[in-house]
Amino acid sequence: MFDYYLDLAWRSLRRSPGLTVLMVLAIGFGVAASMTTYSVFRAVSGDPIPWKSSKLFVPQIDPWGPSGRASDGEPPDALTYTDAMALMHAHRAKLQSAMYRISPSLVPEQTGQHPINVSGHAVYGEFFPMLDVPFLYGAGWSADDDAHQAPVVVISGELNRKFFGGANSVGRSLSMDGKDYRVVGVMGDWNPQPRFYDLASSANFNAIGEGVFIPFERGIAAGIYNSGNTNCYEPTKGAGFIGLQQSSCTWVSYMALLDSSAAASQYRQYLDSYAREQQQAGRFHWAPNNLLRDVPAVLDHQGVVPSDTRISLLVALGLLVVCLVNTVGLMLAKFLRRSSEIGVRRALGAPRRALYAQFLIEAGLIGAAGGALGLLLTGAGVMSVGLVFRPEIAALARLDWSLLGITMVLAVGATLLAGLYPTFRAARVQPAWQLKSN
Amino acid sequence: MQIKPILSALRQHKAGTVLIAMQIALTLAIVCNALFIIQQRLAHLSEPSGIDETHLFVVENQWVGKPSPDQLDAQIRADLSALRQLSSVQDASVSNSYPLHGGGWDDGLKLKPDQANATTEAAIYFADEHMLATLGLKLIAGRNFRADEIGHMGIRDALAPPVIVITKALAEKLFPSVDGHANAALGKTVYLMSNRTTIIGIVDQLQSQSVARWAADFAHRSVLVPLRLVSPQGTYYLIQAKPGQLDAAMHAAEPTLLAQSRKRVISDKDGLLSFAEVRAHAYDSDYGMAVLMGIVCVVLLAITAAGIVGLTSFWVGQRRRQIGVRRALGATRRDILSYFMTENLLISSGGALLGVLLAVTMNLWLVIRFEMQHLSLLYVFIGVAILLLLGQCAVLAPAMRAAQVSPVEATRTV
Repeated sequence: MFDYYLDLAWRSLRRSPGLTVLMVLAIGFGVAASMTTYSVFRAVSGDPIPWKSSKLFVPQIDPWGPSGRASDGEPPDALTYTDAMALMHAHRAKLQSAMYRISPSLVPEQTGQHPINVSGHAVYGEFFPMLDVPFLYGAGWSADDDAHQAPVVVISGELNRKFFGGANSVGRSLSMDGKDYRVVGVMGDWNPQPRFYDLASSANFNAIGEGVFIPFERGIAAGIYNSGNTNCYEPTKGAGFIGLQQSSCTWVSYMALLDSSAAASQYRQYLDSYAREQQQAGRFHWAPNNLLRDVPAVLDHQGVVPSDTRISLLVALGLLVVCLVNTVGLMLAKFLRRSSEIGVRRALGAPRRALYAQFLIEAGLIGAAGGALGLLLTGAGVMSVGLVFRPEIAALARLDWSLLGITMVLAVGATLLAGLYPTFRAARVQPAWQLKSN
Repeated sequence: MQIKPILSALRQHKAGTVLIAMQIALTLAIVCNALFIIQQRLAHLSEPSGIDETHLFVVENQWVGKPSPDQLDAQIRADLSALRQLSSVQDASVSNSYPLHGGGWDDGLKLKPDQANATTEAAIYFADEHMLATLGLKLIAGRNFRADEIGHMGIRDALAPPVIVITKALAEKLFPSVDGHANAALGKTVYLMSNRTTIIGIVDQLQSQSVARWAADFAHRSVLVPLRLVSPQGTYYLIQAKPGQLDAAMHAAEPTLLAQSRKRVISDKDGLLSFAEVRAHAYDSDYGMAVLMGIVCVVLLAITAAGIVGLTSFWVGQRRRQIGVRRALGATRRDILSYFMTENLLISSGGALLGVLLAVTMNLWLVIRFEMQHLSLLYVFIGVAILLLLGQCAVLAPAMRAAQVSPVEATRTV
């Protein structure tokens, strides 16, 4: 029976090629617009570390008091150096790291090559196991290296290719801001998007991954300035980088791994007791105003998904709805035009069920054709998202099997849905009327 | 033309009528909002920066090693004088940022030192005495910095310039005057980062460093401070080429700087940018949204038009006998044509009415959810006009085919 209905559907579609092409085009365009914008939305709204994002927490401590707060009353996104160091020394989480963004210049070993500038972070050794950073060679550094401000560095695979020809460079030395650092680890591909570990001072999306990681206390001791956002409520008193460390400016990011909700609430209590201590010591003149959010909550609060991406997706879905309404109308016209044929079939004993099967197969065929066109257009669309979205966001959009699958399912599913009402009407055709009018 | 018979005929085609009306309503709602978004983005990206961009370019220079602030300042001054001596260069200056750059420095300005909240945020641009000439800024009151007023400061040092030059927009915010003259601010004392400073000059316009939403509150409120920022991280040389010599100047800049000292990084990728490139990058997402919304509008209108053609053709085919009867009873071709045109106008108007409601609702939602602005009624009118016209054009072909039906059809049985 299926073959027969397929044959009927094919004949019917060929009988009015204009109408058929119109429906296929509408479905194709509607689906492709939705899927192209969805591919971008999916890329920017994804969880960068799904296996442990709900265990990674970002503490916030209010160093400025009520008059320095934003209108939502929240403490700043980053910590002051003083508070970050206090948290680091208390060491209350399973794993934790204070961090700040750096952009040192590197001088290649071979003379004649130009120095280059890379972005990176000064972090604690626990950063690497905490975030499951993959390593190609070597590993991160130890707590001992942290304590001794060891001149060690973890570099990216790309930097390793550029400076050491891709060989195992562990143990070799790298000249950074005029000092030599020993390579202890080479990372595998690692450029999580969005850069969840330091949203406070990085752009959310970065086409290029980070090049170097050095021990936090080494960075401080060597006077490697922070290159991320620095927010000050009052002027710094001392001069230079030392002055910044003594100030109430926020520029240090922080992340802690807390395994359970019990651990998280203990950490919250610790933050509050820390803030109360500071209040008693006269450093804070206000009641504790702390926050401890996990990564998904931070991403949500920071509004990491650009509103342009959301608006584009919504408008594209609107386009799809219009295409479907259009298809309902056209199918209605197409099916009811064959009222007399339907009448004859019904009079000869075809049950309504048979008509449903026949017309829904026809709708499915249109959907499949629309889906095929949609696949082509989605492919073209994903290739050209760079024309519409910012390069660092467009670069994240990928065409993969799941996207292709969703495209096809959406096209066929939506067309079947659109075909329901016309089919219902067609199945209700009264055989007697049609036969009479003939 | 009588409307009543049309309405009673439509009652026989409820589903089709409702579908066309719905499609028109949805299309109208989306097109109105899309056109409005396009207009907003185009308005945003055509905002003037206040600087003479045609022959301007930027060199992003980073320093290698750890030179002391004094060494760095001497190097910057040597670089600048070498750049200014190039035959293709009109003038050159140095800053921490520039309009449309994306990032930079902003601070609160206060009228009194003990004021709790700043009167306004403002973009801070470091400048020397060549900055006004390099950017082509128009001084509308007071004076430029003198060479002997220019100092230098490290990136984390306190910002305490004794004198500043500000923009007209900032002057009007700080010292609103009755007659609209910005001069009221000239010579006044304000507090920058709680440090006392005096306004010595006012320039007509200078956009702040970012065109993103976070900087929208102080979009044209900028402060020029008479300081060279000696930062180990980055120094931006702003260079105004002589007319017609932008390419020559851009080619000469990097070798000139490297001849001064090789202890620097000028990135191959974006170390050297013409201002046209800066502008394109700053607004690429606005431009992209405008293009996307444009494509969506065109596709939507095309599909809606095609849908109207399809359904009306079906109706014409269905009613050939009735049309034949009308023709036999004396209706002219014109009557038939205007029947279908009026029918479409009725459906479209109904759809448009619903569409206006939808458009406004959709906009309200965008306002609440995405901080968009309120839809101006003009766009609703434009949208309604476009869709009614589109409906009439789309219905024309099937209606003309209907008008060709001969009265003989009345006597035929299919």
